[in-house]
Amino acid sequence: MRMEKSMNLVEMKHVRKQFDGLQVLSDISISVKEGEVVSIIGPSGSGKSTLLRCATLLENMDAGELSYHGEKVVWEEKGKAVTASHKEIKRISRNFGLVFQSFHLFPHYNVLKNVMDAPVCVDKVPKEEAKRRAMDLLKQLGLEDKAYNYPCQLSGGQQQRVSIARALALQPNVLFFDEPTSALDPELTSEVLKVIKDLAKQRMTMIIVTHEMKFAKEVSDRIIFMEGGVIVEEGTPEELFLSKNPRVQEFIGKLEE
Amino acid sequence: MSITTILSQLSQGMIISVEIFVLTLLFSLPLGLIVSFGRMSKNKILQQIVKIYIAIMRGTPLMLQLMAIYFAPYYLFGLKITTQYRFTAVIIAFSINYAAYFAEIYRGGIESMPIGQYEAAKILGYNKGQTFFKIILPQVIKRILPSITNETITLVKDTSLAMVISVAEMFTIAQRISARETSMFPLVIAGIFYFIFNYIVAFIMEFIEKKYRYYEG
Ligand SMILES: Nc1ncnc2c1ncn2[C@@H]1O[C@H](COP(=O)(O)OP(=O)(O)OP(=O)(O)O)[C@@H](O)[C@H]1O
Ligand SMILES: [Mg+2]
Repeated sequence: MRMEKSMNLVEMKHVRKQFDGLQVLSDISISVKEGEVVSIIGPSGSGKSTLLRCATLLENMDAGELSYHGEKVVWEEKGKAVTASHKEIKRISRNFGLVFQSFHLFPHYNVLKNVMDAPVCVDKVPKEEAKRRAMDLLKQLGLEDKAYNYPCQLSGGQQQRVSIARALALQPNVLFFDEPTSALDPELTSEVLKVIKDLAKQRMTMIIVTHEMKFAKEVSDRIIFMEGGVIVEEGTPEELFLSKNPRVQEFIGKLEE
Repeated sequence: MSITTILSQLSQGMIISVEIFVLTLLFSLPLGLIVSFGRMSKNKILQQIVKIYIAIMRGTPLMLQLMAIYFAPYYLFGLKITTQYRFTAVIIAFSINYAAYFAEIYRGGIESMPIGQYEAAKILGYNKGQTFFKIILPQVIKRILPSITNETITLVKDTSLAMVISVAEMFTIAQRISARETSMFPLVIAGIFYFIFNYIVAFIMEFIEKKYRYYEG
């Protein structure tokens, strides 16, 4: 399938998800184009993480559709969500990467190996080339002198940058971030946000769950406000920050203080 | 009987004891991992069977299990029990007994691993085998090494149980000579042997634990 320029890179349609009777996502539809940066904001428990986990197949959705570049990964048959075959998923999954709130680096691998191991083991990139690529990425993220350190020897901000490098090493088309700075001290937050801003400048497609309003405003083409498992409002940063919706106003106001 | 003859007879026993020790570890460490998979299996029937197996292995004396394995061919199949089978019976009994203990240690280690490690591996595209053997198992081994050390030290002492089916390991021989010569000397030597054996085992295990100390976590 040849993709058109205008085709959505990520598309979720009418996604629903329950956890033991609790409706966490109700009828969520999101589409993201190539090169777009979309932030998702909303109060705790609104389903932001669950949405990212459904998009990255860490969680099975109950109903709805998910596709990358127009290729369906999950779709509905007789009102139930069906997932593509294992082989299809493996191929289509290479479109995306995910950066976790608490990094989840592999503690027994040094920084370099954390970054180059998946390209070597999964993508079968020759070791030398994987290493060169990993070193380039580490340099780009200001970590070249940490290549042979272990994650436990790094600050939280450095660990998060390594995890970003690890995700980038597989050359994904879209990168999801789930509160990438929530586990970090304020001083360390800015170094991670700077890295994400740099990626935005390079037109990396990104979907970012964040509580950093100033950052979201700066970096995003579009902001989505979620609450109670539904999208309450969606628009450009200007539109959202000038929203008439009292819930949106209240939420943004609270975080901006 | 001269000291040299006693020592040379005892040294035959030492070799057997060391053999029991090494072979038991060689079989029970991998077997324990397989058993732990059964114990954690989603298949309820398999899980239940493995649970019962572990309960029996840990709930009855190893000495009794040793005798059961030794006499089983005769009582179950009417086969004649040969002398060579004695040693085999010891290795079988010890391996399946220790596998049960190791299985529970592996399970504890595997279940203590944060789910995030699995999720990170999945997102990066590692398959199930790569995730387990490259990401999970090395970290599990680091976590369980202290418990494994405890079991290996117990195993050194347990090798003397082979005496009940007259396998000529260290303790069997020491006791025989001691009774014949009415002397405590062989038993003292046996005690020293087990002590030194364990000292070496502890030293090796500490060395391995140190090797895993290159990272924290
Ligand atoms: N595995 C799970 N089992 C049961 N309930 C879950 C599970 N994961 C999430 N939930 C529930 O789903 C709801 C949405 O959770 P989610 O983590 O998606 O929210 P969030 O918007 O990411 O919140 P936060 O800002 O605190 O990260 C919460 O009520 C949570 O308790
Ligand atoms: Mg969350």
